[in-house]
Amino acid sequence: MSMQRRDFLKAVGAAGAAGAAGAMAGCASMPGGASAGKVVVVGGGYGGATAAKYIRMWSGGRVDVTLVEPNESFVSCPLSNLVLGGSKTIADVTVPYSGLVKNHGVNLVRDIATAIDTEKRVVRVASGASLPYDRLVLSPGIDFMSVAGMNSVEAMDNILHAWKAGPQTVALRRQLEAMPDGGVYAIVIPVAPYRCPPGPYERACQVAWYFKRAKPKSKVLILDGNPDVTSKAGLFKKAWSEDYKGLVEYRNNHVATGVDAKTKTVKFETADDVRADVLNFIPPQSAGDIARQAGVITANNRWCEVDFLTFESVKVKNVHVLGDAIQIAPAMPKSGHMANQHAKVAAAAIVSILTGQPVSATPVVTNTCYSFITDKDVVHVASVHQFDKDKKTFLAVPGAGGLSPTWTPLEGEYAFSWAKNIWADTLA
Amino acid sequence: MDSRHIAFAAALAAVTAPALAQAPDPNLGRNLAATCANCHGTNGVSQGVVASLAGVPKADIVDKMNAFRDGKRPATIMHQLAKGYTPEQVELVAAWFAAQKR
Repeated sequence: MSMQRRDFLKAVGAAGAAGAAGAMAGCASMPGGASAGKVVVVGGGYGGATAAKYIRMWSGGRVDVTLVEPNESFVSCPLSNLVLGGSKTIADVTVPYSGLVKNHGVNLVRDIATAIDTEKRVVRVASGASLPYDRLVLSPGIDFMSVAGMNSVEAMDNILHAWKAGPQTVALRRQLEAMPDGGVYAIVIPVAPYRCPPGPYERACQVAWYFKRAKPKSKVLILDGNPDVTSKAGLFKKAWSEDYKGLVEYRNNHVATGVDAKTKTVKFETADDVRADVLNFIPPQSAGDIARQAGVITANNRWCEVDFLTFESVKVKNVHVLGDAIQIAPAMPKSGHMANQHAKVAAAAIVSILTGQPVSATPVVTNTCYSFITDKDVVHVASVHQFDKDKKTFLAVPGAGGLSPTWTPLEGEYAFSWAKNIWADTLA
Repeated sequence: MDSRHIAFAAALAAVTAPALAQAPDPNLGRNLAATCANCHGTNGVSQGVVASLAGVPKADIVDKMNAFRDGKRPATIMHQLAKGYTPEQVELVAAWFAAQKR
């Protein structure tokens, strides 16, 4: 057993003991109404799972937490582009939810939330059960806005987004494997804001990495709705003109208006139609559907505005919204790392509110985002965001944060280390 | 100084330095340290090649953060992140990690 493995088991054991002690403390004082309150968390992604864990941990088990999540396991969007490149499998980016239950006493309900009554403070799930809450954490991620031609069965089966890691990731990899050498893979990118700004460009690199080895006559065509690459632009463009010279073509200002599934053709506002052998269409996005049902979508009919000290909805009391679903602060990306950071600010605030302590007035969040140029060479973008009490939002600290100068295997090691730590921080 | 003067001084302090006049935030060190956990592990216990911070002496963490901030210690990313925290925040984070079990 390696040192790291032993340390990991030790850490998990320690966390488990702390969780059990917390749960016992809760039980011991039950007759006196010991529970400081009930929290229901809807959505077990980077935001919701982290919130569930930290509310249990920071309340010493005094706050009951129920996590509603339909999927059997957590599948990470970060690193899932490596599955498309072929250097990792979907199992490598999949983590069970059992750590939250065993180590922290989270009550896991494998179901989908179908309705939220914010007056009576009850979440209804598909099985028919009702879950009452004092505070609700909504971490619904994103859902896709409608695209002309995308609603047919043929379109949904063949034109994949793979923008929620899981079955679509595996299916898109199969399409790439089945594509003959000399074919065209096209990725269609929506106008910002969307989930994971650098993700589409990293994906282009991963598909190019695969083509370079397995199908060198093929082409990666990036059809970007934005005027320029939205994140790490210089680094990605350098990779496309050096490592992937002749394999990748980038076209800006390609705002897609629809698809023809039969011919795998994309239509654009102002540019000519484009046909591809593998068409990877990432539609425009909004906060997940349950947020709409709960009435917390307040910005542009797409995103949820929150009070950044608590992440409570500006409109609906006792409902806290996290992650990609929120109306972001300036320069705040929609990323898994950021959703985890939102969750900790919200968890601290919720525990404080339920236990009668003052809510922290000076929160900080950070973002660290690694992108894989090859299977092991990596670049990052990082930022630190301090709460500004006058503007009542998070502002990126000027002069802090920044980019990698180039891609290196050392940052690749740090990226894999980041994944281990954030997966454990979110789920173990 | 009589009580009225003390009250006046306190009021003046509240106007000129409101943060100092408020009650200290009991969870601030913990909350700030949690911003590090994505890369350094929950409570500073790392699962990967990045260093654990749990149980590291406060002065060591402060010194390293200052060296990162000033560009005196080579880094891929910490020289950029270290510039985002105030000296007071670094002190709080370092004290909190120093008090955690390894």
